[in-house]
Amino acid sequence: MSETSPPPATSPAEADVERPLRRLVRMYAESRVALFGLALLLAIVLAALLAPWLAPQNPYDLIQLDMLDGRLPPGSASGDGRLTYLLGTDEQGRDMLSAILYGLRISVGVGVVATLLALAIGMALGLAAGYFGGRFDAILMRIADIQLSFPSILVAMILLALFGQGIDKIVIALVAAQWAYYARTTRSAALVEGRKEYIEAARLLGLSTPRILFRHLLPNCLPPLIVVAALQVAAAIALEATLSFLGLGLPVTEPSLGLLIANGFQYLYSGRYWISVFPGVALLLLILAINLVADQLRDVLNPRLQSQ
Amino acid sequence: MPLFILRRILQSFNVLFVMSLLVFAGVYAIGNPLDLLVDPNATADDMARAAASLGLDQPLWVQYGRFLANAMRGDLGNSFIHGVPALGLIVERLPATLELAVVAMLIAVLLGIPLGLWAGLKPDSWTGRAIMAGSILGFSLPTFWVGLMLIMVFAVQLGWLPASGRGSTADVLGVSISLLTADGWRHLLLPAANLALFKLSLIIRLTRSGTREALLQDYVKFARAKGLSNARVVGVHVLKNILIPIVTVVGLEFGSLIAFSVVTESIFAWPGMGKLLLDSITQLDRPVVVAYLLLVVTLYVLINLVVDLLYAALDPRVRLAGARA
Repeated sequence: MSETSPPPATSPAEADVERPLRRLVRMYAESRVALFGLALLLAIVLAALLAPWLAPQNPYDLIQLDMLDGRLPPGSASGDGRLTYLLGTDEQGRDMLSAILYGLRISVGVGVVATLLALAIGMALGLAAGYFGGRFDAILMRIADIQLSFPSILVAMILLALFGQGIDKIVIALVAAQWAYYARTTRSAALVEGRKEYIEAARLLGLSTPRILFRHLLPNCLPPLIVVAALQVAAAIALEATLSFLGLGLPVTEPSLGLLIANGFQYLYSGRYWISVFPGVALLLLILAINLVADQLRDVLNPRLQSQ
Repeated sequence: MPLFILRRILQSFNVLFVMSLLVFAGVYAIGNPLDLLVDPNATADDMARAAASLGLDQPLWVQYGRFLANAMRGDLGNSFIHGVPALGLIVERLPATLELAVVAMLIAVLLGIPLGLWAGLKPDSWTGRAIMAGSILGFSLPTFWVGLMLIMVFAVQLGWLPASGRGSTADVLGVSISLLTADGWRHLLLPAANLALFKLSLIIRLTRSGTREALLQDYVKFARAKGLSNARVVGVHVLKNILIPIVTVVGLEFGSLIAFSVVTESIFAWPGMGKLLLDSITQLDRPVVVAYLLLVVTLYVLINLVVDLLYAALDPRVRLAGARA
C-alpha cells in the first residue's frame, strides 16, 4: 500500500516555463475522479470541523436526548416534532447524523495528529540516517525492518494491550505502528539527494548541519513523503476505527466512527441496520476520498511521469 | 550459505529476546500485578506474603530471568479467569484460527491469480478495469467493515449463511476441524471470505503487474514466434515466472492473516486465538495476553526465517548480499 515513489529529478528547464506549484495544480486537475475525491475530502473535513454548528443536536448532551425516540428508522420525526432524524437514532434516542458528524471529528483528528507525529519522528530519523549513514543508519534500519515485518495492526494491538485505552494511547500506538514507513522513505530519498552537488555546495559554503538538513535536503525529499503520508492518513484512520471497533482503542467517552459502528453491531441482526451502517458509510467515504487524492498525488509527484 | 543461515537464526533470536523484554516490561513492570492477583481487602501482611510467593519482592532482572526460564519451559503462567495454563488455552484455540487462515489464503490464491492474470492480459478492457477497481476497494476498506457488510447481506438480508460461531466440527486425532462437516463449511465461508479480501487484492495486483512485465520479455515473444498457443504461453511460460514473487508473498502474508484474524474472529464470533486475545484483554487476563503475544511473535519470526532461508536457497543474489553485509 505504501509504495515509495522515487525521489524527484530536478528539472530546471521545466520550472522556468511554469512555476512548479501551478504545474502541480494543473496536473492534479487533469483527473476528474481526483478532483471529485478532493471535493469529497474537503466536504467531509469541513463537516467534521463544523460539527457543533451543523449537527441537529449535540449527541452527547443527555438533556437533548429523548429515550422514547430510541431506535427510530431513518426519516422519523422526533417525539416532540421538533426535528427529523434523517439517518435514524440509536438505542438512546441519539440522532445518528449528529453522532456521525461528531464521530468524524474524532476519527479525522486522531488520524491526522497521529500521522503528523509519525511523519515528524520518522522524517527526522530517516533524514539523519540517510545523511550521516554509518552505525546509526544501520541500527535504525534494522529496527525499521524488523518492525515492518510485523503488520501494523499487530504492533498497535500489542501496545494497546499493554497500555490500556485512551486517546493519547491510541495516538502513541498509531505513531509506533507507522513511523518506520516515513523513516524508510525519507532515508532512501535523503541517500539519493545527499549525494547531489547542491548539498556538496552547501557544505563547502560552510552552512551548519541543521541548516543543510532542514533547509536544503528536506525540501527535496518531500514529494515521496507527501504521497506516503497521504496514504498513511487513510491507513491510520482505518486502523483506529478497527481498534476502536474491537474495544481496544478509544474509550466510550470519545465515540469515533469505529465505536459507533461497534455500538450498532448488535442491532444489525434485528434489521436495525442504520445504527451501524451509516457510520460505516461515513468511514468508507472518508477513506475512499483520501485514497483518491493520494493516488493522484502519487502520479503528479512522480518525476518519471513528469518528464514525459 | 551456512554463515547466512547462522546470521539469520541469530537475528531471529535477537528479535525474540527484545520482544520478551518488551512484553515483560509492559506487563510486569507497568502497574502492579498484585492489584490484579490479590483480593483488595487483604492485609499488608498478606500482600507481602503474596508478593514473596510470586517473586515480586525480587529485583526486576531476577524476575525477568525467572519469567524467561519459565517461558522456555512453556510455562507462561495460569489464566486468571480459567485457572488453567495460559499457553494450553491458546494452543487449544490454534486449530480454529489456522483453519480460518488456510481457507482464506486458498480463496485469495485461487481467485487472485486468475483474476490478476486476466487484468494483466487485458488491462484496458472493462473487465480488467473492474477487477483493478475492486482490488483498490479491497485494499482500502477496513476488514471489520467488510465483515459487517457480509453479515448484513448474506446472513441478515438473504439468510443464506450463519453469521457466527464455528458450527459442528469433526475430531481428527483430538483436533476439531470444521472442514469435515457441511455445517462447518457453511460457518467457515463468510469469515474466510472476509479475511481473504485483503490478500486477494494484494495477489490480484502482484499477478497483474507481474503479467504485464512478463508479456514484454523476450522469452514470451520467442514463445509466440515459435507458434505456441496463447494458452500455453500464458499458462506455462508467463505463469511460471510470476509465481516466484507470489509464493514469497503468500508465505510472508500468512503470518499477517493470523494477526488480522483477531478482527474477523471477533466479528463472526469464531472461537479462535484472536477472539481469546480480545476477551482476555477486556477481562484483564494478563497471562493469556502475554502467552498470545509471545506465541504469535514466535510464529512470526519463524515464518520470516523460513521464507528468508527459502528465498536465499532460490535466489543466490540474496545470500551473496547477506554474506557481504
